[in-house]
Amino acid sequence: MAQNAAEITPLDYTRYDFKDPETYKVRTPKGLSRDIIRQISALKHEPAWMLDYRLRAYEHFLERPMPDWGPDLSDLDFDAYTFYANPLAEGDTKKRWEDLPADIKNTFDRLGIPKAERDYFAGVGAQYDSGTVYHKIREDLSKKGVIFCDTDTALREHSDILRKYFGKIVPYNDNKFSALNSAVWSGGSFVYSPPGVDAGIPLQASFRINAKAVGQFERTLIIADKGAKVHYIEGCTAPIYSENSLHAAVVEVIAEADARIRYTTVQNWSKNVYNLVTKRAHAYENSLVEWVDGNMGSKVTMKYPSVYLKGRGARGDMLSVAFASEGQIIDSGAKAVHSAPDTSSKIIGKSIAIRGGRTSYRGLLHIARGATGSKSAVRCDALLPDAVSRSDTYPYNEVHEYEDVTISHEAVVGKIGEEQIFYLMSRGLNESDAIHLILMGFLAEFAKELPVDYALELNRLIQMEMTGAVG
Amino acid sequence: MTQSESPGHTLIVKDLHATVGGKEILKGVNLTLKTGELVALMGPNGSGKSTLAYALAGHPKYTITSGEAHLDGIDLLKLSPDKRARAGLFLGFQYPVEVSGVSLSKFLWTSFTQTRKAEDVDTDLFQQNLDQHLSSLGLDPAFMKRPLNEGLSGGEKKRTEVLQMATLDPRFAILDEPDSGLDIDAVKQVGETVQKLRSPTRGMLVITHYQRILKYARPDRVYVMVDGMVALSGGRELAEELESKGYDWVKVGAASSKPGTASPASHA
Repeated sequence: MAQNAAEITPLDYTRYDFKDPETYKVRTPKGLSRDIIRQISALKHEPAWMLDYRLRAYEHFLERPMPDWGPDLSDLDFDAYTFYANPLAEGDTKKRWEDLPADIKNTFDRLGIPKAERDYFAGVGAQYDSGTVYHKIREDLSKKGVIFCDTDTALREHSDILRKYFGKIVPYNDNKFSALNSAVWSGGSFVYSPPGVDAGIPLQASFRINAKAVGQFERTLIIADKGAKVHYIEGCTAPIYSENSLHAAVVEVIAEADARIRYTTVQNWSKNVYNLVTKRAHAYENSLVEWVDGNMGSKVTMKYPSVYLKGRGARGDMLSVAFASEGQIIDSGAKAVHSAPDTSSKIIGKSIAIRGGRTSYRGLLHIARGATGSKSAVRCDALLPDAVSRSDTYPYNEVHEYEDVTISHEAVVGKIGEEQIFYLMSRGLNESDAIHLILMGFLAEFAKELPVDYALELNRLIQMEMTGAVG
Repeated sequence: MTQSESPGHTLIVKDLHATVGGKEILKGVNLTLKTGELVALMGPNGSGKSTLAYALAGHPKYTITSGEAHLDGIDLLKLSPDKRARAGLFLGFQYPVEVSGVSLSKFLWTSFTQTRKAEDVDTDLFQQNLDQHLSSLGLDPAFMKRPLNEGLSGGEKKRTEVLQMATLDPRFAILDEPDSGLDIDAVKQVGETVQKLRSPTRGMLVITHYQRILKYARPDRVYVMVDGMVALSGGRELAEELESKGYDWVKVGAASSKPGTASPASHA
C-alpha cells in the first residue's frame, strides 16, 4: 500500500512554467570577467568603493575552490551563464504595476503578487532576472521611517546605513558563492526599521528568473534597529529550461538589541535551478531572529540559514523545511553560533524525500567559550514515503563552554507507516488523500507560519504530487 | 416509514479464513450482525478477535484465503479499506495511530464528508452531534484542535475512537477492545456511551476480553472465539459465565459439549 507513494506523479509546475520573450534593455555577454563586473558597476553608477569591493570579491571567487563537500556541482559551468540581464534600464524601478511592460506585469499577475500586495503586505518588491522592476512600501510605514527598497537604490540613497553593514555579516570570502554574489550582485531587498518601530505587517519580495541560463544574484540586507520589528517574506519561481540556471544570493540580517526579525522563504524554483545561498543574521542583546525557510523547488539547493547570537539573551529560531522529488537534491539546515551568555537557539529541520529525491540536513551548533547559560535544542525529522529516496543528517557540534549549558539533539527518520495509511483509509479517505493528509500534517509547523495564500499554495503543491497516485 | 419499520441491514461473515505472514489465524469464522443489535465478541488472547476486525476492515497485512464477508449485498472483501468505510463499516482501533499535525477536527470532518453523499453532508448537524458526543464522553471541545491521537492517554484514545464512531454514524461498527487499559470509571463511561449509541440503524460488535464493559454496553448476544473460530454463541449471561469460569472450558468443550445456554455458533 505505502509503496504507491513512489508512484506519485511529478509536480505539475505549469502554473509557474511560462516564459516571456527575452527582451532586455541591458544584457551582458555570457560568462564573467573583470570587464563585465566593471560594466555592471558602471550601469549602476556605483561609488568607487563598491566597484573595488566587487573586484576583490571576484579575485577571491577565482581563487576559491568549489566546496569539497555536499551535493555534486560539477555540472555548473560559470562560462555558460549570463550574469546580468535587466528588462528595464538600471534604476528604472516602477512604483505602479501599470507602468511595467505588459508581459512582465502579466508575469507577476500570474504569480498573484499584486493581489497579495493588496491583501496582505505592507510593501512589495519584484525582481525579474537582474532587474528590480517594482518596489513599493505603504505610506504609513515610510512615514514612520521604515525603508524598504531594492539594494541598488539603498546604495544610492541610504549609503550611510548600507555601508555600515554591507558585507559585515557575510564577508565576500565566506565561501565561493558569497564571493560570486559580492562580485556581481544586483537587486535584492534593503529593509531598515528605526528604533522601536513595528513593521509587523509583512514585507514581501518576489524573485523571478525568466531568461534561459541566466544567473540571479540578489543581495539582501535587513536591519531592525533597537526594539524594532520586521517580518519579511520572499518567494522564488522560474520557468523550466533544459539548461541550468543559477541563483546565488547573499542575505545579511541584523537584529539590534530587543529587536525581532522574522524572515520567511518559500523557495519554489523550477527543477533546473542551482540555488546556492548564504543567509546569516547577527542577533544582539535580547533580540530574536527567526528563519522560516521552505525549499520545495530547485535542482540543487545548498542553504544553511544562520544566527550568530552576539548579545546576552539573544535568541535564534530556525525552521528549515525541504521537499525533494525526482532529480532534486535539497541540502539545507541551519547554524547557531552562541557567542554571548544566556543565548538560546532552536532548530527544527523537517524534510520529505520522494520519488528518488534527496534531502540532507546539515547543521552547526557552536557554543563559544564564555557563552555560559546557553541553551540549544535541535530536532530533525525526515519522512521517506518510499524506498528510492534518501535522507541524511549531518549535525556538527562545537562546544567550548559547559557552564550551565544545555544542548539537545533529536533526529528521526520515518516512513509513512502502513498503519497510518490504513487508519485513515478505514475512515473513508482514499490512499492519496490519506498520504496527502499525513504529509500536510508533517509540514503543519511550517504551513502555520505562512500567510494564507502561501499555505494554500503549499497544500496545492503537495496535492499535485499526490494526483494520480492511486486509481 | 419510521426507523424501526425500516428494513434491517446485515453483516454476514461466512467461513472466513485469513493468514498473517503465512500463518493461518482465522480458521473459518461465521457470524452475523444486524442493525439494531449490540453483539459482544469475546475470547482469550490470540484467539483471532482483532485479526477478524482488521481483516474485515481490509488491513493489507491480512490475507483472506477463503470465505465471505457481505454487508447487505456488498462483497466487502473485494473493496479497499476506504470503500469498505464508505459502504458503512467502521473499525474502532484498539491502538489508534498517531498522525502529527493533523487535528482531530480536520480528520473527522474529512472522514465525515468522505463517507456520505454530498447532499447528506450537513455542517450544522455534524457540529451539533459532535458537541453532544464530546459532552457525553466527557471530552473538552478544545480536544478537537489537538493532533490526532498524539500525546493522548490510553483512555482519551479509546474515547476518541468512540467519538469518531458516534459522529460518523456508520451502519456497522466493530469496536476492538474499547475497554482495554482503562480504569473502572473510564470503562463505565465508554460502556454507557456505547449503550446510548445503540440504534435501530446501527449494528455494533464490541470485541472484549473482559465482561466488565458489558455491564454498561449490554449485548443482545455474545460470541466466543477460540483458536480462529467462533466456538460458542449465547445470550448476555454467557459473558458472566466466562468471567467466573475463564476460557479454558470453552477450548476443551467447544467442539463436543454445550454448557449452559451456549451453543456452537456454526449450528446457530
